[in-house]
Amino acid sequence: MRTRVLGQTPYYVVAGGLAVIFLFPLLWNTWASVSAQPGTAQESGYGLGNYRTLLDYDAGLWRYLLNSTVVSALTVALTVGVSLLGGYAFARFRFPGKNLLFLLTLAILMVPYATLLIPLYVLLGRLHLQNSLVGLSLVLAMFQLPFATFMMRISFEAVPRELEESALVDGCGTAGALRRVLLPAVRPGLITVGLFAFLAAWNDFIAPLILISDSEKAPLPLAVANLRQQSMGAVDYGATEAGVVVLAVPCLLVFLLLQRHYVRGFMSGALKG
Amino acid sequence: MQVKTPDRATAEPPVRTDPQHRRPRALLWHSRTLQGLAYATPTAVFVAVLFVLPLLLVGQMSLHDWPLLAGDQGSNAPENYTDVSDSTLFWPAVRFTLLYTGIVTVVLLGLALLLALLVQESRPGAGFFRTVYFLPGALGLASASLLFWGMYSPTTGPLSRTLEKLGLVDDPVSFLGTPTSALLSTVFLVVWKFAGFYMLILLVGLQRIPHELYEAARMDGASRGQIFRSITLPLLRPSLALSLLLCVTGSLLAFDQFFVLTKGGPDNSTVTVVQLIYREAFQRLNLGTAAALSILVLAALLLLNALQFRGLRHADES
Repeated sequence: MRTRVLGQTPYYVVAGGLAVIFLFPLLWNTWASVSAQPGTAQESGYGLGNYRTLLDYDAGLWRYLLNSTVVSALTVALTVGVSLLGGYAFARFRFPGKNLLFLLTLAILMVPYATLLIPLYVLLGRLHLQNSLVGLSLVLAMFQLPFATFMMRISFEAVPRELEESALVDGCGTAGALRRVLLPAVRPGLITVGLFAFLAAWNDFIAPLILISDSEKAPLPLAVANLRQQSMGAVDYGATEAGVVVLAVPCLLVFLLLQRHYVRGFMSGALKG
Repeated sequence: MQVKTPDRATAEPPVRTDPQHRRPRALLWHSRTLQGLAYATPTAVFVAVLFVLPLLLVGQMSLHDWPLLAGDQGSNAPENYTDVSDSTLFWPAVRFTLLYTGIVTVVLLGLALLLALLVQESRPGAGFFRTVYFLPGALGLASASLLFWGMYSPTTGPLSRTLEKLGLVDDPVSFLGTPTSALLSTVFLVVWKFAGFYMLILLVGLQRIPHELYEAARMDGASRGQIFRSITLPLLRPSLALSLLLCVTGSLLAFDQFFVLTKGGPDNSTVTVVQLIYREAFQRLNLGTAAALSILVLAALLLLNALQFRGLRHADES
């Protein structure tokens, strides 16, 4: 039993009151997105008018959802792949430049997002990856690397060496040992890394704002933010609210399903990178 | 994380040599070393191409005349830097960013500490409260900003209408209409979005405090306030320091929330430094000055981190 700050009733009044404040905006937004408002597609009664506006907006909701899905999937795959191999290398091998590379990877955390996005805009242009979902995913994965590499390094370090050595003795190469023995052991760490990468990629705003100029290629957050300025200065609050719901639902679902793995990211001390 | 120095280095004479270079070549390129290099290659490519190279490039850009459309026009140093500090928006943006950071940090960490204390208790419902407080953290900052942009609407938002119905105000309230209200409304949004995140960091710290300390203090007859002041707060310091570092850094780099909610208005009163970078690059189409600003932000952050680390180490020694 821990220290109790408050008695029974005050505790539930304070904690419950705060819970209402934290939940209210989410609940209100969901309700507002399906209820009647002047100046929206849902003029009276309840219905999905605002969502229909979203379906027809510019390149269409499906297009933006596809863009966001592609960017998120690529970012997660790149982050998980690179940090799996990198974490293995840092935890189990000795090679020249190891410490320098690890410190440089962590140093990404020290440099502001915006400081890197301006030169990346020029650099991706030279690589013909400007205005491309692949280029955007590469950048988003790079920003995930400090956390992901650190997380995977400590995941590998937590696996007993004997496990790997017995696989090596049995004739597996290091790649075989990684695939058959180590991969199952570090899976929780991989899920945590993938979860953080997904939430970051799905929600990122400033990177696509700078790196994507074609509205056809905008991920969903950018598209919904652009949608507000539509229709001759008149603001469509309803469609924006519907957009927020579409943006929020995958994040909330993934978070609620994988909450355990999310909290591990905090417990590991990886955030101290 | 510790940086491992090879044990042998300590036994070497004072001449500095990298022990790795003096090993026989066959051993150096032992297959295990090669395999380690191979596994680290993707990380090295990412870090070199997408981090080190841009960092060098932004330094170069800051010293060159570099219009967005025409590209590199050669050196004009130090014109970009003088242009930045001469800009009428620069110092107001710096002041505003610092003010915003101060307010957010105090309110956010205070509330996060309260939430962490609430959810660490072993009461029925504490787990539910923890999830609820964190829920906004799963949303993106841009999504949350769009959500509050609707909430703050004077015409259709629930806040203004509720205040009107309660008779507290006569006219619709414009939450983003004046410089002060725009700042405070943004702070409220940011606190709502991030309180659960910092709650989790502090919760981890709280759970690392050994039970026995609390029990011993209670046996000695310490009051709740005394226990909090002399056990909880001091032992929570590493987590508080981490939260402080993340919160200050994040707030100094604020962009999404102001871009979506206020667009820097009213009257450029809520322009942050990172917004200024964006404006220089993509509205005034000058990548050179944007790069110079980026370098200044980087320098300020590095300086701040160094100071914070020194301050923390100093506090540990005393």
